[in-house]
Amino acid sequence: MSEPIYGPGDVGASETLAGEASREARREQEDARRNAGFDGVDLVDTPDELLAEPASTWRLAARRFRRRKLGMLGLFIVVTLTLLAIFAPVIAPYDPLEQLDRTEDVQRRDPPSREHIMGLDSNARDLFSRIVYGARLSLPLGVSIVLVAIIIGASIGAIAGYAGGWLDNALMRVMDVILGFPALLLAIAIAYVLGNAIQYVLIAVAVVTLPQYARVMRASVLSIKEVDYVAASEALGASRRRMLTTRILPNALTPLVVLGTLGIAGAILEAAALGFLGLGAQPPTPEWGQMLAQEYTLLRTSPHLVIFPGLAIMITVLGFNLLGDGLRDALDPSLND
Amino acid sequence: MGAYVAKRVLTAIPVLFGVLVAVFLLPRVVFGDPCRAVLGPRATEASCEQFREANGLNDTIWEQFVTYMGGVVQLDFGESIKFSRPVTEVLLERLPLTIELAVLALTLAILVGVPLGMAAARWHNSPVDVATMGFANVGVSMPIFWLGLMLSYLFSVVLADTMFALPPSGSFSPGATPEPFYEVWGWDVTNATFGDGFLEFVAGFGLFNALISFQWAGLWDGIQHLILPTIALATIPMAVIARMTRSSLLDVLSQDYVRTARAKGAREPRVVRRHAMRNAMLPVVTIIGLQLGALLGGAVLTETIFGLAGIGSALFDAIDTRDFPIVQGFTVVIASTYVIVNLLVDISYGYLDPRVRLK
Repeated sequence: MSEPIYGPGDVGASETLAGEASREARREQEDARRNAGFDGVDLVDTPDELLAEPASTWRLAARRFRRRKLGMLGLFIVVTLTLLAIFAPVIAPYDPLEQLDRTEDVQRRDPPSREHIMGLDSNARDLFSRIVYGARLSLPLGVSIVLVAIIIGASIGAIAGYAGGWLDNALMRVMDVILGFPALLLAIAIAYVLGNAIQYVLIAVAVVTLPQYARVMRASVLSIKEVDYVAASEALGASRRRMLTTRILPNALTPLVVLGTLGIAGAILEAAALGFLGLGAQPPTPEWGQMLAQEYTLLRTSPHLVIFPGLAIMITVLGFNLLGDGLRDALDPSLND
Repeated sequence: MGAYVAKRVLTAIPVLFGVLVAVFLLPRVVFGDPCRAVLGPRATEASCEQFREANGLNDTIWEQFVTYMGGVVQLDFGESIKFSRPVTEVLLERLPLTIELAVLALTLAILVGVPLGMAAARWHNSPVDVATMGFANVGVSMPIFWLGLMLSYLFSVVLADTMFALPPSGSFSPGATPEPFYEVWGWDVTNATFGDGFLEFVAGFGLFNALISFQWAGLWDGIQHLILPTIALATIPMAVIARMTRSSLLDVLSQDYVRTARAKGAREPRVVRRHAMRNAMLPVVTIIGLQLGALLGGAVLTETIFGLAGIGSALFDAIDTRDFPIVQGFTVVIASTYVIVNLLVDISYGYLDPRVRLK
């Protein structure tokens, strides 16, 4: 049975939130038990598990996840958006870059109609098609930001936790310096000095978010180092590499998955904010934040140009947030006891 | 307590120093040639030389660093390229509006977020709880620039001719800016002494200025202008605070001493207010401190959308025009404030909860 992942050593946002998460989850479980007791139907929800063959941690987690309505809603939103992004060419009725006033009897900034369910933008392009294609940009961008941040951040955290001493101190102080800036401001500064391109947005947002992964990974490594079975495998002569891949990574995976999912939500939000400020994808690329930036001065006369891109950002971010919360409740190791 | 404070302060010092070094290095490493960035790509070699000389860019990096640190200590960040005025002057002119906005937003977030979280915990799993959590989930997922735009669409376009109409931008209506309080009071403020500068800074707090000099029309006008930006900026912190209050209170309510309080016959409102809330507020205090970062980042977006002349919009303009003395000075002030506030939050946490000190 694994120890709580959120180990000692760090005082700060990530730990406080993690603490909140586990407490909340425990509390909710207790509640579920109590309610079950009152109903007099099913005192504890374990009999199934006792009778059936032993389920793996992930199977149990999946079972718990399916019971969380909001988490399932999040999963539904994320899957739908992913399908939308993959099949964008099939789903989008028009080319996102095509100026329709040349071929059709339409005017630019036409409000939503039956043919154009979200209306037309200032260049007479079909807004719905642009939003669908926007998913092709925002989803992979959010996921890549988090992957880059996790790979770099987790490596830094693992090295810091494993090495200890001055290296640990130096690495974590650098992370503290990054956390010393308000995140969005630092991202703006980095993206601006690097230049206007989507890959610089990726770097900027990844840099400002990697400390949280470094902290979680370091805490994981530190707490696992103390556990008996790790000492045992060390005594049996396991190599460092083997220790890392078979003992430490599996234990750190859960919080990284949860943080990563919530991180995608944050990354998409920050990338959209940068896009809105004119950093990142440039016109005519359909990027949601940038689409808002192009049209927001027309709010008074053509509100649909502002409402729909913003709604797209919000629904996407909400989906990943709900999914992340659901995963956190389902995967939190403190529920396994 | 003393040892705890000393330890916290000692860990904050390297972070503060690192932040200062990062601010110094970032533009120098990545801006490339600051001369051509500022004067334009077609600047002559002679004017570039003059520019570098004037801005100390011909010195070695160490000399520049010493000059920079000396400036930081004296709060002297050089002269803005765009405004041709000292950075500190621009900062002092713009700071009051941002502080006012941030304080209003944080106050709103606490006044609404904490009671919402309390209600959600008190009536756990009830419609109140579900609604609060729904609001919190949507709140943290909201792009605040979009929320700001939607609010201004609703209140200044859809409701334009009703009693709920609110202005879409600016901090006062044109021509309605209140007089500085010292002029209303008939003080003679002409020469640029330190004291006069301070009075000007105080007068920069538009609402406060109107309030203490009884300019009611101006005060009402200013309040109307700040309502929408305040709501936009407050939404995310409000959602975070509501969530934190809820989960923290739920946690405390399940503890033994609360059960004892209930067992001895205390009524539920008393249990929540007298017994549970005190302990439940500790993590909430921390999370409130951490919201400052969100507020400062949000200020850039909010001030841009609502056309407010605070430090957020000034910083963004400065990045846009590569006015790097301003970028540097503002970033130093914002990041140091952030580090110091988080330090104060840590210390207050240790004061409120003695157990933290022993860790």
